[in-house]
Amino acid sequence: MSFDVHKIRKDFPILSQKINGKDLVYFDNAATTQKPQSVIDSLSSYYQTINANIHRGIHTLAEKATAEYELTREAIKNFLNAESAEQIIFTKGITDSINLVARSYGGVYLKTGDEVIISTMEHHSNIVPWQLICEEKGAILRVIPINESGEIIFEDYEKLLSEKTKIVAIVHASNALGTINPIKEIIKKAHRFGAVVLVDGAQAASHLEIDVQDLDADFYCLSSHKLYGPTGVGALYGKKSILEKMPPYQGGGEMISEVTFEKTTYNELPYKFEAGTPNIADTIALRKAIEYIQQIGKQAIATYEAQLLDYATKKLSEFEQVQLVGTAKEKVSVCSFVMHNIHPQDIGIILDTEGIAIRTGHHCTQPLMNRLGLVGTARASFAFYNTFEEIDKLTFGLKKVIKMLS
Amino acid sequence: MQTTEELKAELIENFSFLEDLDQKYEYVIELGKKLPMLDAQFKKDEFKIKGCQSTVWLIPEVAETTISFRADSDSVFVKGLISLLIYVSNNQPKDDVAKLNTDFIHQIGLGNYLSPTRSNGLVAMVKQMKLYAQ
Repeated sequence: MSFDVHKIRKDFPILSQKINGKDLVYFDNAATTQKPQSVIDSLSSYYQTINANIHRGIHTLAEKATAEYELTREAIKNFLNAESAEQIIFTKGITDSINLVARSYGGVYLKTGDEVIISTMEHHSNIVPWQLICEEKGAILRVIPINESGEIIFEDYEKLLSEKTKIVAIVHASNALGTINPIKEIIKKAHRFGAVVLVDGAQAASHLEIDVQDLDADFYCLSSHKLYGPTGVGALYGKKSILEKMPPYQGGGEMISEVTFEKTTYNELPYKFEAGTPNIADTIALRKAIEYIQQIGKQAIATYEAQLLDYATKKLSEFEQVQLVGTAKEKVSVCSFVMHNIHPQDIGIILDTEGIAIRTGHHCTQPLMNRLGLVGTARASFAFYNTFEEIDKLTFGLKKVIKMLS
Repeated sequence: MQTTEELKAELIENFSFLEDLDQKYEYVIELGKKLPMLDAQFKKDEFKIKGCQSTVWLIPEVAETTISFRADSDSVFVKGLISLLIYVSNNQPKDDVAKLNTDFIHQIGLGNYLSPTRSNGLVAMVKQMKLYAQ
């Protein structure tokens, strides 16, 4: 299918909105992506036609809902090239997925003096769960430093690895800087020391081709809402041998095999980790988002987004007052920047008057901002429905920012 | 001396002459630039009100029956909004500031910056102003 951005934009009804009298320019895709009509229709169609609780009922609706729900699991399995669908666990999102692994895996396999390695550019959701479990277990959290471009210093990572390393938890692509980490090499090195690796794929899954088998990832997390799907759904991929030896994370319905007051035996994978009635409608709609992405093609998306990033980088570099933050060689389409003597929040407020939505602040990466000596940045993050004309509007908006605030 | 209510009415009137959002914002930014910066010695934790994105420093000056404030922020826009709040509160009876009603910010069309979802420290600042006045 040839890439036609104007045709694609018609599939996203929200994009035709006016904000403050101007055409919406949505550049906050790293925070959440907009949803195509097929996803929106799926949500309403679910409630209109097949709403029922899944996995338990024998009536027709329950069977239809269950079948649709499980089709999403299959779709994610293919999307990540996982070995089997039972290795895909539905969660509320990446935060939930990481907490699951930290609690369940970390709770059993971390001992006093063991080490967990994360990087300087982690989102708080890939820091705090590890801090909590490390504190509880007497384990130590180690942090891979970064260089001035916003890339991890690989040699320092290698130095941190040892027999004490039990878990490496690292982001595939940084939400604040766009940096793509060399995940395959990171995993390879960690495995030499017998550590398991969790990859936070929040930003990567919508931009890059993901193959968990090729990466040899032990855990891979993704969030539906950053993938053009609904909010409140995520998935955790895990290697089967590891998931099987992990204890349940939460107790409740669905995750059990048999319950007596004396003892409960647990359900098999993936249900062991899916307690309670899940977010059925949103999970089903997520498949429509995945199908939409696959229809355009990851390669076409990556090529187009790289062009947008190059164009934005060039345009922003033309401003004397603008300093780009995050200049890694390998980046997803995230453009973080600061402006001389202008607070990021003020940039965001003025751009909003032009209908331009960007994110400002610390992007839930306070340790990274501290390392860079910044209170925050302004961040424009692009998706395949954005256009070069919209980037021109951003440069126009920045001229207004300078005029009003300098 | 004008009362808090009279000062609010004055601000509402000033803003009513501004035709669009751009003009309002320009005015707020202008006020922000005019508000004197606090010396570094006052920018310490005890005066700090941390928002998610920007920081506000608020220093009370309490007299027998009245209260005044000095304040600063790292965001010029927030500083402009602060100056509106200070304008209606300075040298006012403590009782009036303790029950300060911020509806006038809504009336001048900037209410969304005082909604609880805004992470700029302003909501916390208003709360702190009231506490100091009690």
